[in-house]
Amino acid sequence: MRYAARVLAAVAAPLLALTLAGCGSGDESPRGGGSSPTSSVTAGGGEPKGDLTVFAAASLKKTFTQIGSRFEQDHPGTKVTFNFAGSSDLVAQLQQGAPADVFASADEKNMAKATGDSLTAAAPVDFASNTLEIAVPPGNPAKIATLADLTRPGVKVVVCAPEVPCGSAATKVETAAAIDLKPVSEEQNVTDVLGKVIAGEADAGLVYVTDVKGAGDKVEGIEFPQSSAAVNVYPIATLKGAQNKALADAFVAAVTSASGQGVLADAGFGKP
Amino acid sequence: MTRSTRPGHAAYPRLGLPSWVFVPAALGALFVVLPLVAMLTQVEWSQFGALVTSESSRAALALSLKTSLASTVLCIVFGVPMAVVLARSRFPGQSVARSLVLLPLVLPPVVGGIALLYTFGRRGLLGHELDVLGLQVAFSTAAVVMAQTFVALPFLVVSLEGALRTGGQRFEEVAATLGARPTTVFLRVTLPLVLPGLASGAVLAFARALGEFGATITFAGSLQGVTRTLPLEIYLQRETDPQAAVALSLVLVAVATIVITLTRRSRTAL
Repeated sequence: MRYAARVLAAVAAPLLALTLAGCGSGDESPRGGGSSPTSSVTAGGGEPKGDLTVFAAASLKKTFTQIGSRFEQDHPGTKVTFNFAGSSDLVAQLQQGAPADVFASADEKNMAKATGDSLTAAAPVDFASNTLEIAVPPGNPAKIATLADLTRPGVKVVVCAPEVPCGSAATKVETAAAIDLKPVSEEQNVTDVLGKVIAGEADAGLVYVTDVKGAGDKVEGIEFPQSSAAVNVYPIATLKGAQNKALADAFVAAVTSASGQGVLADAGFGKP
Repeated sequence: MTRSTRPGHAAYPRLGLPSWVFVPAALGALFVVLPLVAMLTQVEWSQFGALVTSESSRAALALSLKTSLASTVLCIVFGVPMAVVLARSRFPGQSVARSLVLLPLVLPPVVGGIALLYTFGRRGLLGHELDVLGLQVAFSTAAVVMAQTFVALPFLVVSLEGALRTGGQRFEEVAATLGARPTTVFLRVTLPLVLPGLASGAVLAFARALGEFGATITFAGSLQGVTRTLPLEIYLQRETDPQAAVALSLVLVAVATIVITLTRRSRTAL
């Protein structure tokens, strides 16, 4: 019966490798080349240029990509590389020594982890805020109008798990509204919540205003007054490991500038 | 039965291995073992017990074992006939059928989850029919089992089909000429002969189901005790409590090791 073992070995090994290859979490961490010291030349006029690596929360993907390309236009010779992922993933990468110049977090808690480990070069600056909204599939099949409607029996509600920022925000509004949600699923992140609403599996989900706006006509948003109980503030900071501090500071300034704030406001972000 | 044939091997001269193969072999082994050792060094043993016996951890482990067992049974129920058909019959489009059956092996599990959602979800291909029958699959433990079966089934089919092909058909032909009906041949000759292949296939399927993450989180959601299996719990704990995540990972490694060791032992006993 040795053949069984042989077949198993011959077949299983490459197959296992293939399946494991499919298990990546999908975040692209840029490799070290992002900010080599040689590229940090300061031009004659004092304008910083060179390569810049920005670690930013996944919810900032659209806006920061836009701000980044404007920044490249305003600072010729500059190349901005982004790593978009969950804020806690990004902090973990920074703690393990990932090379980056700027870190923008989706909450103060994860930025506090970075400052606590002395990873930041200066005090973080708040540059945006975000609040929760109810997302429903187009046509609002469950006829949701208020936050309290989510507690109606038979309404399938999906929220983030309390362990992640959007979930702790959901818990706060739940307390503020004095309701008790019975979600059918507590997802890992806001994208998974939104995905289940878009697919029509869930009747409603609690996501950020910017997520509803970003999803276009695939979901409808319903505002609710209790959302003010959980305002998520986004801080940004230049990192201590930055190879080109002047350029990193210039990027932080670009995010907080009128033009940067305009991009964020268009996407639904609130003032910090 | 292999025991008796073993000494026969001594009659052949021992084949020497080229000495250089040991270097890449050792490096490869190190590449697999070192991360596990690194994980061990991260565990705070003083808190290990408390971390792995918390309510959420126990719920996740129990759910994982329960759903993996259920999906292994489903894999056997559907996978054995699939393997037999692929190995013992000829029909047009057979190679295409085989490729399609094996597709979940190369698909990212998340894609599998999306595909299941578009089939069995509320607005999926069969969503309306299931709704009429009063069945709602999404967000249920059944959805977890379906996701696991989807990704694990090819492992069983591949192992068993390989065993069937290597084993050949001689005994089955003899049984048939002696007047045994096809069902008798299948149950009394074919199956007993490929039992080791079936066992390894089932173990592989169980292990794959135990580690399943992507399809589950996409198709079934994540709720303690209902759909949050151990891999999902580990991923969530990592968010707030990396220590708990490491401790739980270790539990998963331990369960997988026990399963593999037990079956290796039972296979040598055959």
